[in-house]
Amino acid sequence: MQAEVRTRMLRCWRVGLLSGLALAAAPAHAFVAYVSNEKSNTVSVIDTESWTVTKTIKVGQRPRGIEFTRDGKFVMVAVGDDDTIQVIDAKTQGIVDTLPSGPDPELFTQDAAGKTLYVANENDNTVTVIDLEKRARLGDIQVGVEPEGMTISPDGRILINTSETTNMAHFIDTTSRQIVANVLVDARPRFAEFKHDASELWVSSEIGGTVSIIDPGKHEVIGKINFDIPGLRREAIQPVGIGMTKDDKTAFVALGPANRVAVVDTATRKVTKYLLVGQRVWHMAFTPDEKYLLVTNGVSNDVSVIDVAAQKVIKTIQVGELPWGITIAP
Amino acid sequence: MIRWLPGLIGLCLVGLSLAATQALAADPVTIGVGYLGIAGTRSTLSLVEQPAENDGVAGARLAIEDNNTTGKFLNQRFALEERRIKEGEDVVQAATDLAARNGFIIADLPADALLKVADALRDRGTLLFNTGAIDERLREADCRANVIHTAPTRSMLADALGQYLVWKQWKRWLLVVGSHDEDKLFADALRRTATRFGAKIVQERSFEDTGGARRTDSGVTLIQRQMPVFTQQAPAYDVLVAADESEVFGAYLPYRTWDPRPVAGSAGLVPRSWDAAQDQWGATQMQNRFMKLNSRRMTALDMQTWTAVRMIGEATSRTNSGDVKKVTDFIKGPDFSVAAFKGTKLTLRDWNLQLRQPILLVDGRMVVSVSPQEGFLHQVSELDTLGYDRPESKCKLK
Repeated sequence: MQAEVRTRMLRCWRVGLLSGLALAAAPAHAFVAYVSNEKSNTVSVIDTESWTVTKTIKVGQRPRGIEFTRDGKFVMVAVGDDDTIQVIDAKTQGIVDTLPSGPDPELFTQDAAGKTLYVANENDNTVTVIDLEKRARLGDIQVGVEPEGMTISPDGRILINTSETTNMAHFIDTTSRQIVANVLVDARPRFAEFKHDASELWVSSEIGGTVSIIDPGKHEVIGKINFDIPGLRREAIQPVGIGMTKDDKTAFVALGPANRVAVVDTATRKVTKYLLVGQRVWHMAFTPDEKYLLVTNGVSNDVSVIDVAAQKVIKTIQVGELPWGITIAP
Repeated sequence: MIRWLPGLIGLCLVGLSLAATQALAADPVTIGVGYLGIAGTRSTLSLVEQPAENDGVAGARLAIEDNNTTGKFLNQRFALEERRIKEGEDVVQAATDLAARNGFIIADLPADALLKVADALRDRGTLLFNTGAIDERLREADCRANVIHTAPTRSMLADALGQYLVWKQWKRWLLVVGSHDEDKLFADALRRTATRFGAKIVQERSFEDTGGARRTDSGVTLIQRQMPVFTQQAPAYDVLVAADESEVFGAYLPYRTWDPRPVAGSAGLVPRSWDAAQDQWGATQMQNRFMKLNSRRMTALDMQTWTAVRMIGEATSRTNSGDVKKVTDFIKGPDFSVAAFKGTKLTLRDWNLQLRQPILLVDGRMVVSVSPQEGFLHQVSELDTLGYDRPESKCKLK
């Protein structure tokens, strides 16, 4: 026990040393967010202390899914129209490599160790498995029509893929790479997110206008979240990105052309608040300290910053055209 | 002997039903979908717009593939049986024959033929999908309880165009109408639109079809002289609206009007349920899948057919059943909706079984806009600002 504490302290010390002055000088941690701009074929880099765009990186065509590698050294961005995933070095902020995805990659997820990457390829109904160290393609898994949402269970055993026209969440065993269950959800499921305690899987249905809550053990829909915004027609409510706080108590759901992010109490499964953000809100990412939640607004070309504790939008940052995905350095 | 006979029969029955259950678990449920169309294609003014031989049915083929991808997770299998009748063949006989093996029939037929088929199959319980006929009367006085319409109506198309023209402040229309019946029906729809949305038809002209070939070796020279003359001395107008479903003159009008004015309706800016240029709301994947399967681009008719077959697939997966009655009830029920790459869920108007849908406005190269336009409001669904609405409907489903 004591040995473990000591090792941890030692590790912290090392990290502190490495980070050096930057850490010492900034009481509130500054983080770096990367935003993919679907239309301008760029990635905007945002500094979360000054809330400004510090750099715009030119990438391939139609960048959408974007994520940091687990070690925080690289940013992977799916450039669908170039049929590949580009790798950006977080230090030099230049493209250093590409990953062998299938055609038209959109969203992807990686295992906890950051060794295996799973990519949804919208064009050929497959999920591609990539070895991140060797940067080699390990194989494909056949799924439903237009695979999109991707996430992995906290224990790494189950990979979830949602298919937009088949309207299912596919449960894939990561060892055998076989589908073990299919759960029907509402129309056009776009995004999937586990609770951190793995007790629930949340899947947003863009056209159905709902979020399905699935019991991952029983493979059953055990609840559904509906959204009702006075004065707004139902068709405009199109849930996409989902963010869950680490204590699993609060979920944030981006509602697309409803221009709002819903705050959901996960215990009652009721919406407690709608936060007005920019136009056509897509995806979101928390800062690692969970103080802020950043959401991309596709049509208004900006990113809204939400103060998580206060549940308030505190800032808007202009980025490139049609911002879509977002990731923040761990 | 007689005493133990019933017991033996009983045993046999148990055995049989056991075998049936086992077979059910192993064999997928097969859902038969028939396609009934007319052989041959119509001629268009533009060579580019000339429909392919498989226009329409190609969409059904893709939807069958899509349904089967989903079906493999649910132990459902979809099969398409195609039938195209030639001139002189009996459409009712062909439909009855298809209905013997298929609980659902996709019908791309003219209005009269469709009504004959619907009435002939009424007692059988076959569900028909009208994918081709845009006639208003099929959803109004001549509506049928066993026909679902994925094709939009003329009034939906006209309203979609009219909303945009009014939004654009092009409110003075010069209406040019062809001499065939369907041209006149489209003109009726356009007049209704103008009244509804506050546009003004400043003058109407009719373009007589005097016969003649659509393709000639010295075509352009003559057309270039005719069209300016035909459109001269018009009262002040913002846009020329052409009603020419018969493809006689519409496509000749853009860039040739006497006054420099845009053209809309049957040429220029055209209202359609789908277009090869549509790439919003995930449509790119759909276009790519279609291209891969059919080696050509996807038309509105292909989409109307795809949607019909997808509606069947959507209902069979939601009900987890291939039973025609169960699936039909679900499609007609309040919980049904289908996603078709138009940015919103599509549902059925329960009073006449017409599919609500956004309408694209296209110019042959791009999607210019999508109606309903902003600001056209409705108490139930903004999609019901397109076409005849419930209070106006003459339909009594039977």
